[in-house]
Amino acid sequence: MATMFFVVTMALYFAATVSFLIYLLWPSEVLANASLGMTATGFAAHTIALGAGMVGVTDISSPGFHDALSFFSWMLILVFLAVEFRHHLHVLGSFIVPLALLSLVSAAALPEAVPTLTPVFGTLWVHVTLSMLGTVGFAVAFVAGVMYLIQDGLLKSKRFNVLYSKLPALDFLDNLNQRSIVTGFPLLTLGIITGALSAEFSRGSYVNWNPEQVWALVTWVFYFVVLTGRLTVGWRAKRAAYLTIIGFAGVILTLIGVVLKSHGPVS
Amino acid sequence: MHIVVVGLSHKTAPVEIREKLAIPESRMGEALGRLCSYRGVREGVLLSTCNRVEVYAVVDEIESGYGRIQDFLADAHLSLSSEQLTPHLYWHEGDRALSHLFRVASSLDSMIVGESQILGQIKEAFEVALTHKATGIILNKVMKKAISVAKRVRTETKISEMAVSVSYAAVELAKKIFSDLTEKTVLLVGAGEMAKLAARHFIASGVRHVRVTTRSPQHALELANRFGGTAVPFEEFREDMATADIVLVSTGAAHYLVSEDDVQHSVKQRMNRPMFLIDISVPRNIDPAVRHVDNAFLFDIDDLKMRVEQNRGARLNEAEKAERMVVDEVGVVRQWLQSLEVTPTIVALRARIDEIKRTEIDKTMGRLANLSAAERELVEAMASSIVNKLIHNTMVTLKAEVNSSEGAAFVEAARRFFGLGDAAGPTVNGSTSSEPETCHPSQDGIQDAEEVTPRTGSEMPRH
Repeated sequence: MATMFFVVTMALYFAATVSFLIYLLWPSEVLANASLGMTATGFAAHTIALGAGMVGVTDISSPGFHDALSFFSWMLILVFLAVEFRHHLHVLGSFIVPLALLSLVSAAALPEAVPTLTPVFGTLWVHVTLSMLGTVGFAVAFVAGVMYLIQDGLLKSKRFNVLYSKLPALDFLDNLNQRSIVTGFPLLTLGIITGALSAEFSRGSYVNWNPEQVWALVTWVFYFVVLTGRLTVGWRAKRAAYLTIIGFAGVILTLIGVVLKSHGPVS
Repeated sequence: MHIVVVGLSHKTAPVEIREKLAIPESRMGEALGRLCSYRGVREGVLLSTCNRVEVYAVVDEIESGYGRIQDFLADAHLSLSSEQLTPHLYWHEGDRALSHLFRVASSLDSMIVGESQILGQIKEAFEVALTHKATGIILNKVMKKAISVAKRVRTETKISEMAVSVSYAAVELAKKIFSDLTEKTVLLVGAGEMAKLAARHFIASGVRHVRVTTRSPQHALELANRFGGTAVPFEEFREDMATADIVLVSTGAAHYLVSEDDVQHSVKQRMNRPMFLIDISVPRNIDPAVRHVDNAFLFDIDDLKMRVEQNRGARLNEAEKAERMVVDEVGVVRQWLQSLEVTPTIVALRARIDEIKRTEIDKTMGRLANLSAAERELVEAMASSIVNKLIHNTMVTLKAEVNSSEGAAFVEAARRFFGLGDAAGPTVNGSTSSEPETCHPSQDGIQDAEEVTPRTGSEMPRH
């Protein structure tokens, strides 16, 4: 049943992505509402798929990478729907839904049975959940950053097109960026700590400096600097947008590292 | 009874004529009284703005009604004869009068389509008419409907969202940089007309902190008082820029007053919080090189004009949507007005009574199975006699009041007493009240006035 709902979700997210992308360039409320409807239905299907998947899994202590990505995509849509509900910001869907679809497709491409670590202790899911929640924060910051740079560019070049009228005010995007990082960073920190603890239990050492762990730490330090810079010396607006886009690239690299390691090419 | 409008607007009459006919607020009561004193004029509302003077009225006969209203307009100004007015007037009745009113209220007939002042002016015209008891059942509903149609047009189309004046375009742009203007600070440099107008628009959009600087400290102080802000010495305004989120520059200076470095410095002091600079001066007062400064957004008068041009086109599209709404709503009101006609009401009443009688007779006859044919006839005759006597007075009154000033109110009352349905009457503000008065004193009219939201700070359009 989980697989069926999973497929339905993917189909709906795909349709929503297409219509949200058309919405970017074509001013139509009907289209926005249709896209929104598909996203919400897809989200419901996804929730069922995740629920059903959880029931099927006997060993909850070893979430696979597939589950993690699927959860990431689910959380992204949840955040989008929450922001949409409060601010009626349809255009955010044009950026977040494709990202969620991408993550779901990656999840589907991975075999379900690739665990992130060989679990010895039952806390691995905590590490995965926390890290993924942190990543969702960074993903939203990334999207806000991209939207910021687009709107900034349109304003600077005085191109008042359809996209300009749909994108929200710059300070709204900058706030969204800040809030996402402020939320995401502590979650990632906890994710890393629980990850290290899990590693200690399963391998006897907190860190063994594999590429994945190095990247995770680099990412953490990077966001720490970004956040500190924002709160102390005014690294906001355009600079914050650039930095969060770079940071998210780092996160993606970490995730790829994890996958590659799980598959074997990197030890 | 017919609803008519006679009037002139910026489309049909030059300002010399319009200003002569304009009715000042102080004389509104007297004018309404005079309008209603004409024979055959039952209800009236006067709309007088700088762009139009219109009389909405309910009259007994269309042609004579037109004549009387035209006389009324000409009487208002001794130097104008009724004939001189003719080429400038338009006359509409029935659906076309309704459609005209709805279009005016929705700002589709305005000089600047989509402007919002006209709705306030219509509300006020209606309130004044209510206060002077010049309206009755028909205009009360029709005016309320006009207000609700205008609101619907404003919420369901984007007709009034798009700036069509240069000074307002600045506010519109600012809203793409700052999502909430209330806590923002505007610095007004110089006292150019357009900049002052823009400052006013910013204040109307919620900006609470205004700082003003001009070369003459005295002038700055005056302006600051007018805007409820603070004056800043002209020599120091560059240092002060960092406190301003929005900088409006419009001076007569022939050179750049604000350089790229000034702005760079301010943005740095602001810890990269975005700055919005508007240069409405010609020649320009802000160095165009400022556009290279990150987080500073500079727009000059040409940019604002371009925005206005773009919006104009978009507004026309929205206006088409609004026109369709007006057509729909006219249909709704037409249906209600038809329900106020006497003949269909009498027919409906007759049918309703016969239906009740039939049902009751059938019910009774079912239980009295062993009556003879003669006895049956007797029972039926009794039923008929009862209902006929019951509605006799209603019928007679309705027929008698057809041509009285209160006819519509009687019809409405009869429809409600006998549950004949309202034929989709417009229930604006949830009110179905049927105050039975017209151009004559009424006590109910005042209550209605309270249902109309008081207009907020609208002023005569400057254009």
